Formats: sequence, structure tokens, C-alpha cells
Amino acid sequence: MKNPYLPYPVRIEKTVIETEDRNIKSFKLVFLNDEDCKAFDYTPGQFAQLSVTGKGEIPIGIASSPTEGDHLLFTVNKMGVVTTALHNLVEGSIMGVRGPLGNSYPFDKMKGKDVTIIGGGYAFTTLRATIVYMLDEKNRADFGKITLIYGARTPGMLLYKDTLAEWSKRDDINYNVTVDRDAPGWTGMVGFVPAVTEQVAPSSKNAIAVICGPPVMIKYTLPVMIKLGFTPEQTITSLENRMKCGIGICGRCNVGAEYVCKDGPVFSMAQLKEMPQEY
Amino acid sequence: MEYMRLNKKNMAVFIEELGKICEVWGPVKDGGQVKFAPVSNVKDMDLDGFKNSTMSPKEIFFPQSEIMLSFQRSGEGANIYRDEQAQPSKKAIFGIRPCDARAFRILDTIFKNDQFTDNYWFSKRDATTLVGLGCSEPCSTCFCTSVNSHPFDEKGLDVLTSDLGEHYLFKALTKKGRDLLAGISVLREPSDANIEAHMALRKKAEDVMTVQFGTDKVKDKTVLELFNEDCWSGISEPCLNCSTCSYVCPTCHCFDIQDEVSKEGGERVRNWESCMSWIFTVHATGHNPRPTKKERVRQRFMHKFKYIPMKRNGEIGCVGCGRCVALCPVNIDIREVVKQMNS
Repeated sequence: MKNPYLPYPVRIEKTVIETEDRNIKSFKLVFLNDEDCKAFDYTPGQFAQLSVTGKGEIPIGIASSPTEGDHLLFTVNKMGVVTTALHNLVEGSIMGVRGPLGNSYPFDKMKGKDVTIIGGGYAFTTLRATIVYMLDEKNRADFGKITLIYGARTPGMLLYKDTLAEWSKRDDINYNVTVDRDAPGWTGMVGFVPAVTEQVAPSSKNAIAVICGPPVMIKYTLPVMIKLGFTPEQTITSLENRMKCGIGICGRCNVGAEYVCKDGPVFSMAQLKEMPQEY
Repeated sequence: MEYMRLNKKNMAVFIEELGKICEVWGPVKDGGQVKFAPVSNVKDMDLDGFKNSTMSPKEIFFPQSEIMLSFQRSGEGANIYRDEQAQPSKKAIFGIRPCDARAFRILDTIFKNDQFTDNYWFSKRDATTLVGLGCSEPCSTCFCTSVNSHPFDEKGLDVLTSDLGEHYLFKALTKKGRDLLAGISVLREPSDANIEAHMALRKKAEDVMTVQFGTDKVKDKTVLELFNEDCWSGISEPCLNCSTCSYVCPTCHCFDIQDEVSKEGGERVRNWESCMSWIFTVHATGHNPRPTKKERVRQRFMHKFKYIPMKRNGEIGCVGCGRCVALCPVNIDIREVVKQMNS
């Protein structure tokens, strides 16, 4: 029987410092064993437990899309013991990945609909995966109009600058990337995500919105979504809580009767309305 | 035969013969506590006046600290985690109380869900035969009949034992139980009077254990209705967040996973943890979704009486063993808490 606690060994193929504060780093990982790679069958919105030997594990959203090939991408903010240890690993190091864990964004419901993706700060990792997945030539026809609204404090705090540059050139995504205030050399939009959302005004007709970001961004964006006609069922978000097992057993990440690790991390606002705010 | 009888004079032979089949565990005195431990002789067991073990026997399958994985720092396979599951020894445990066996059954549904199986729990559980002992004289802190059980509950046991004074009456409940008893030479077919005496004991114990609270309203109220009740501030007010309740509880199963290092490598270990602890839920950012004892105390009772039943066809996550009632240093009584939840 497969032991769900045993991480797959992976090698860090490449690291990229994403942001000007040098606190957010991306890790491109390759599996050491082909059978592990095959077993790791994931969908955007899922996460994995990253292991650094002697330090422990942390749950991190998967930033790559399965359409990009066999490697995995994780973008990690240096915050605690494990993330700091991870930041100190060099390319070529061996580490562990356990997953994929959790549910995913509801692609079955998103198919045939317009999709609005709203992200803020470094909560853009699984949203990146989602956009890459939807824009893939095999999948693009499954979705209607795709609208991106993504904001960061400054241009230097935006993640995945190369990928953003590629998307900005495409005509099959309504691209809106914004920074909080004007900055030298910045030619894009300026303004907070809620205001930009109001300005872009994506249609709620036959649409799904996925929103991830800091709590304050979500707090002020939700009223805008309601104004635009998005129902709680049409509005999707992803939660985070402290986790250990990641498989619905160790008992700490629950919000009401739902485990964020297994029943989530993706929930609709309709679901969250029935749940206590313990996140 | 479903029922077998053992003359207590032959208890020594019984334990000796069981010991030839597998490891035998029973209630043993350890300082001021009673715990389940390996026994080689009937005299090792503390059966006179035995009520129950001080700590729940969950530690047999879910030790307070357990090595899950290991790794080394150098050489071939450096920094790759390895599975450290040993083949557990076959055990028979004599004297497990029905409430604790029911707790194992609840934990079976927690350590296995629709996607994942925790084999650290199941490998030990599957290798063990539970020879339970019905409660002829329940304690004042017991309340199994209030949580859909009773002192001779058979669910979760392989064999149920009744103490008839001169004899033990065994009722084999599973194949595992029947197989175990089949290997014993000193068992005899019971008389009808023995079985009647067993039924009478059972009836007497049930009559003593009146239902102390209902859970119907807890079931009917929504999560948010219960969560937002006014009672939680008062209930949590005396709590010290000491976690005694979680550690002695047979259904509390929360754990932490930590890496422990040595010079050459290290181990990934799981340790019991408690929702009473502040660190249990704190995020790396410092944000804590359960910042005060009110949220933490509420979580423990909601988990047992609302969240577990919601996800498990109404099965309550408490078996009424009463250990938390007996051992809470500030006398928080779970029965009184549920009465408030159910008001």
C-alpha cells in the first residue's frame, strides 16, 4: 500500500528570485523517478507538501500547469523555518514533494463559461497555473472570455514577469495588471485591485470568478463582484490554514466540518457563507 | 460456538496459551496509574477492582511519539525520505473496555478516508485482537449510554467478556475473535444459566447508566448556529488549555509532524498534539484563526459532537469514557457542555 506520508524525491533544477524584496523565490523541480512523476497527476488549484530534510514540511500551491510538462513549479515566500531552509537550497539539491493534495479549481463548472481571475500579491501561484492551463492550445476552446486582474504593491513585486509579458501580447486574454501606485518606468495600470475590477467590469453572465489574494484585497473586492452580479456560487477562492498531514487526518486545518487540506483548499463563497470564519 | 466459558481458576493457563499464539496485553498497575502493557503471567494483570486504564489505550495503535520516515545526510540516497514502518507484532489485548473499542472504530474512519489510508494506524490495529471486558459497574464519570452506546457494546470488539464471578463468559464477535479462542484448551461450553447471568449483568449495567443528555438539537442546529451560541465564553472561561482532555481522550487523534535530526541524518516523527494549544493553528505570518481559548475549547467540542457526526452518518466523536471528566484540573464536564449545546 502506498504510504501517503512518504515524499517523492525531486531535484531543484532551477531557482528564480521573483521579487525586488528577494523574499519570494520560485523552484522548478524534476522528479528523480519516472514512476513518481506519472503518479503525480494534478490539476491547477491543488497543492503539495514540500520537504526539506531535518526542517519539515510546508504546504505550497502548485504554480505550474500539467500542460507545461513533467516539471513542477512552486513559488515560496520566505516566512518560517521550512521556507527559509528551502530558500537556502541551491540548484541541484534533493528535496521532497508529497502530493498532489486537496481539490482543485472547479474546471468542470468553468468549462463553457467566461472566467475572471483576480489575484493580489504573492497569492498568484495557483492562479498562474490556472491561466496557463486554460490558455493551453488543447484547452483554450473549452473556456469563454478569460479576464485577468492581477495587482501588486510595485512593479518589482509582480511574480512571473516573463509569463506576464507573454500573456500581455495575446489577444485571447483580457490582460489587466496593476500596481498600487505609479512607479518610474511603469506603463501599465495603476490602482488597487478592487477599483481596477470595478473599472474592468467583467460580465457575470455565464461566468466564474476565481479570487485569491490578501484578506484586505478580498474584503474590498467581494462587494464589487456582488455589484457586477456574481453570485456566491460563481465566486471561487482558495483558503490557507496551518497544515501537517495534508490528507484530512491530523485535525488542525478544519474550518467547521471541512478540512482545508482535503475538502479544500478551493471553496465557493456560497460554501464559505455556511462555514465559521476560522481561517 | 458463539459463547465460551472460562473458569477463573484456569486464567493462568488461558493467558499462557494465548501467549503461545501472540503477545498478550492486559491492564497493569504502573505507579499510580493503570495502563495496558504486555503480560506474561496472569499475576501481572490488575483485574481486581479494575475500572479502566488511566490513559486511553489508543497509544497501542497511535503512540504518543512515532517514527514515520528516516533520512541520511550523505551517501547514496542522501536527503531522500525512507519509509520506517516495522511489521507490528500480533497482539491480543485482554480487558479493553467497550467504550475504548468503539473509539478505535471511530478512529478507523478517521485514519482512512475516501482517498488516503494511514497505515501506521492500520498495521498495528489489524494485527491486534481485542478481547473486551463488559462494564458491570460503570463509574460515576461514565456516560456511554448518552452517546449511542452501552456498557456491553460489542461494536469494535473481537470478543466480549462478561465477569460472572467464578467464570468469565466469552462471546466471540468476529472471525479474529473466534480464531483466537479456538486455540485455547481450557474453554468450555457455557450453561444456559451462564448466558442468562451475562444478559442480566448487561441489563443491570444499562439500567444504572441512565441517559444523561440528548444530542438531538446539536444534530438539528447548523454549524453556524452552534458556533455562534453564547455559551462558549462561559464554558471556556475556566479552561487552562492544558490539553489533558485531549491526551487522555480515546478519540482525540490530532498530531504534529516534526523532523528530528542527528549527526548522520534524522527521522520524521509524529507526536500527539492538541487543539487546546495556541501553536496548533498559528500561521507562519503570526495570524491565528483560533486566537483565544474560547475558539480552541469550542473547536474541541464542536469537532466531537458536530463536525465528526456531520461527516460520518451521525456517529458521535465521543464514547463516554469519562476520562476528561475525571482528569480535567478545572472540572470542565463534557456532559454539562453538551447539555448547553443541546439546549
